Amino acid sequence: MLSQTHILQWLQAFATEIELNKAYLTELDAAIGDADHGINMDRGFKKVSAQLSTLTDKDISSILKAVSMTLISSIGGASGPLYGTWFLRASIAVVDKQELTQQDVLGLLQTGLDGVLQRGKAQLGDKTMVDVLSPSVDAFRQAVGESKGTLEAMQQAVAAAQGGLEETIPMQARKGRASYLGERSIGHPDPGGTSAYLMLKSLLGVLESSGEF
Amino acid sequence: MKKLINKPEDFVRESLEGMVAAHSHLIKLNYDPAFVYRADAPIQGKVAIISGGGSGHEPMHAGFVGRGMLDAACPGEVFTSPTPDQMLEATKRVEGGSGILYIVKNYSGDVMNFEIATELARGEGIRVLNILIDDDVAVKDSLYTQGRRGVGTTILAEKICGAAAELGYDLPQIANLCRRVNLNGRSMGIALTSCTVPANGTPTFELGDREIELGIGIHGEPGIERTALKSVDEITEILTRSLIEDTAYSRTLREWDEDKGEWVDVELINLPFAKGDRLLAFVNSMGGTPVSELYIVYRKLAQICELQGLQIVRNLIGPYITSLEMQGCSITLLKLDDEMIRLWDAPVKTPSWGWGI
Repeated sequence: MLSQTHILQWLQAFATEIELNKAYLTELDAAIGDADHGINMDRGFKKVSAQLSTLTDKDISSILKAVSMTLISSIGGASGPLYGTWFLRASIAVVDKQELTQQDVLGLLQTGLDGVLQRGKAQLGDKTMVDVLSPSVDAFRQAVGESKGTLEAMQQAVAAAQGGLEETIPMQARKGRASYLGERSIGHPDPGGTSAYLMLKSLLGVLESSGEF
Repeated sequence: MKKLINKPEDFVRESLEGMVAAHSHLIKLNYDPAFVYRADAPIQGKVAIISGGGSGHEPMHAGFVGRGMLDAACPGEVFTSPTPDQMLEATKRVEGGSGILYIVKNYSGDVMNFEIATELARGEGIRVLNILIDDDVAVKDSLYTQGRRGVGTTILAEKICGAAAELGYDLPQIANLCRRVNLNGRSMGIALTSCTVPANGTPTFELGDREIELGIGIHGEPGIERTALKSVDEITEILTRSLIEDTAYSRTLREWDEDKGEWVDVELINLPFAKGDRLLAFVNSMGGTPVSELYIVYRKLAQICELQGLQIVRNLIGPYITSLEMQGCSITLLKLDDEMIRLWDAPVKTPSWGWGI
């Protein structure tokens, strides 16, 4: 079971990953976008990081909702609405839950993805964060179906996310600013997909280091 | 990086503070969340018009806030869409009881943030409609891309719709007018040099001394083709031909449907220009190109239009939609009708434009 403490640790870990990878994400975005993904994500997640200490007495859904509002109002660009929508939908998926079972985590990941699909209108293969999030949800669901533990399910989800991210390299972008480059977008990993991979990897890191799963 | 800035993180705020200090009789600045609004807002009974987008394109949009144009502008970080909290606060500040039109450039970030703002404002009982501008012919197909970007036609729509609002048009009439302007406008740009986002410190892309980037967007994103430097006449010919030879362009855009109370996909078509059309010709500097060079572009543009039987009845020349210090230009052609001409000529008083008053 994931507790409220695990969720807070995950958000802190994700904020730290974004900070560490700020220059890298911006560099990826410079290749096929407008060179601001790392800067924008770091601006948003610095605010999240500063906000976490005020959320220690809140339930999981309220924490995710507060993070969503912070991201929507501070990131801007396309990443703000997309990550904001992911966290907003995730918060709705776990309303009134004090702890998250494996099924709850699956529900959270799935509804987050559904929100991103609806808001951004991207499909699989468009070279976006969907190419990372979608296979990871599938892998998590499959692991749950095979009665694997939460840790193993998350390991498989992150492995699938990494595979999905690598598959964005040869893709030609069909959404977002990278789409204007046509064939010139080929040969680079998707920046939003990369940050989405970091989000899932951060959650796995929390599960691994807690020793409870 | 050599720029007239104090600290990169203060660039947007200090620039806005200066603009408002210079034009305090026309505009006011709200900070946190940031938006610029008409000093006399809200105007009771008038539809309010709001636009916004990344900073770095000055004077668009804040320089066009004032009588006969925008009621508010929401500036984002440099080349980054503003956020829904800014749009919502601006909406509440300028709402005069007759509703709000958001004029939004078709970039994924701008579109999504304004959609969220529309939902939030409607949730608070404020009547908002949302019209997208997508006039950049450099983007060929909409099926496998985000679709055409919103560039030069944006400020023409802001002027024309702003005049209509001043004359008492209602919200659906102004939304229809805005859509009609968009369906009659086409733009394309080129860059001679890149530009440097202050927070990055290095140029967004590299261009060799003898290279130009064709079909550039306004955010320093690379264009569609890199080619050898050519004379201004040749460049103007390429841009102008791209506009006047562009065939019918069809795509679906998402608009708010008031009857259904949800977003709907609307199919829209731009018809090609035809002999005898009356045009507004807009030659825009990307920031670093001097007006003298813009006039050389206009000279050739006017010759081509005359040969093609296209009548330029209004023109606009200057740096109005810039990409920081980028050298380059864009050309916009907008097919006008009598109503649009009347609204274009109508009085306007903003930090950047003032005529008829």
